[in-house]
Amino acid sequence: MPSFPRGVRLRHDEARNQWVVLAPERAFVPDEIALEILRLVDGEATLAGIIDTLAARYAAPREEIAADVLGMVDDLAGKGALRG
Amino acid sequence: MNIVPPPMGLLAELTHRCPLQCPYCSNPLELEAAAAELTTAEWCSVLDQAAAIGVLQVHFSGGEPMARRDLPELVRHAADRGLYSNLITSGVLVNARRLDELQAAGLDHVQLSFQDTETASAERIGGMKGAQALKLEAARLIGESDMALTVNFVVHRQNLARVPDMVKLAEQLGAARVEIANTQYYGWGLLNRDALLPTRGQSDLANEQVEAARLQYKGRMVIDYVTADYHAALPKACMGGWARRFVNISPIGRVLPCHAAEILPGMTYPSIREHSLAEIWGHDPAFLKFRGTDWMPEPCRSCDRREIDWGGCRCQALLLTGDAANTDPACVLSPHHGVMQDVVAQAGTGSEGFRYRRPGGQRMMPGAPSGPGAQVDELVE
Repeated sequence: MPSFPRGVRLRHDEARNQWVVLAPERAFVPDEIALEILRLVDGEATLAGIIDTLAARYAAPREEIAADVLGMVDDLAGKGALRG
Repeated sequence: MNIVPPPMGLLAELTHRCPLQCPYCSNPLELEAAAAELTTAEWCSVLDQAAAIGVLQVHFSGGEPMARRDLPELVRHAADRGLYSNLITSGVLVNARRLDELQAAGLDHVQLSFQDTETASAERIGGMKGAQALKLEAARLIGESDMALTVNFVVHRQNLARVPDMVKLAEQLGAARVEIANTQYYGWGLLNRDALLPTRGQSDLANEQVEAARLQYKGRMVIDYVTADYHAALPKACMGGWARRFVNISPIGRVLPCHAAEILPGMTYPSIREHSLAEIWGHDPAFLKFRGTDWMPEPCRSCDRREIDWGGCRCQALLLTGDAANTDPACVLSPHHGVMQDVVAQAGTGSEGFRYRRPGGQRMMPGAPSGPGAQVDELVE
C-alpha cells in the first residue's frame, strides 16, 4: 500500500499554479500521470486499488495503467518521496 | 520585461549563537550579537511575506536555531501559512519536551548534524565536549517522533575516511536521508582550508564509496553527496543560481541571495526591517546583479551549461580570482582553474590545527591528537 513517508506531502502551489511534492530539502513537480497517482495516495488505497481506479477513469487496459503506476511508484520511492 | 519567479526556499538564520564551534561554519567571520536579532514579530512578518510571494519551504537555521526560545512559535506560524518547515540543528539543545513542542507546532523535518562518527574526533571538530551523546539522544528522540530525519555530515580530510561509517550510522539512527557534504571554503572554512581540504586520492575514494552505498541503500535511504568544488571539473549551481531559488535572511534581517554573500565587496544588502520581501526579491540591485545570464563573462556567456550551473559560485570567484563577476574557478574552462589545482596539489600537507568558529576566534588551536586515548580536554574550552 503506497503512502507518503514522514516529512513528505503533496500540496497545491498557488503562486505557480501547480502541484508539488514537498520532501526533506527538496521539492518535485509531478507530471500529469504522477499527479493522478499521488492524489490517490491516502494511506488506505492499495496499489491494486489505485490501478483499478485509474483504469476505470481512463477506460484503458489495466496492464498499461499498471505498468505506468508501478514505474512511477518505483521512481518516487527511489527519490524518497513515496513508500511503495 | 521578465517576470521573476518567486523563491522556493527561505533560509531563516535565526541566530548566530551556537554551543558548537565548527571550524568550517557557514556563518560569517563577524558574528551578529543576540541583542540585534530580529524579534519574534519580525520573523512572523517575514514568514507571512515569504508564503505570500510563493516560498514553499522554510529552513530554520543558525547558529543553533534552538537557541531561540520562540522557535516553536515560529514553526507554528510557518505551518499556519502552509510552509514546509525544516529545522537545521546540531541537536545539542534537543530534549523530549522541546521536541514535542516543535512537533505539535507542525515541524515537518529535522536535519541533524554530526561532525564525525568517532566521538573524540567529532567533539574535537565541533569544539564541544559531550556533544556526541547529546546528538545520539536527539536522533533517538526524533526517530520516535512523527518528524522526518536527515542526518548530515560535513566532510573534510580529517573525517572523509569514515564515509561508509557515516552512511551506516545514519541508517542505524532511522534516517530516511543522509547528506554528506564537503566543506565549502568561504569564511571559516577558507580560514581553515589547510587543515580541512582533502587530497585528490581521499576525494576519489569517497566518491567511489558513495556510489557503492547508493546502490546498497537504494529505495531504503536517500544519500545526497556534495563533492568538494576543488576536486570538481565543473562548478556547482551555487544556490541554484543567484537569486533564483533561495532567499537568505540573516539574524539581524539582512536579506541575501546566499548566506555567504556579505563577503562580496561593494555590495549592500537590504534589511527586511526597511523593505518588503517582494520588493527586494523583484527589484533590489544586489538581487539583480548576478541573476540570470546577462552579467556573465566568457567562457560562461556562450556556454551550453550557463543555465545549468549559472556560472557557479560568486563568492568562490571573488576569493580565488579577486573578482566576483568571473567564472567560478572550479570550472575547467575558467582561466583561473589552475589556482584551484595548485591548492589541491598542496592538500594534506598542512597542520591539522583549527581556528575555531567563535567571536574573535582567529586564534590557532593545536593539531589533532594522535592515537587512541589522546586528550580532547585541552582542545575544548
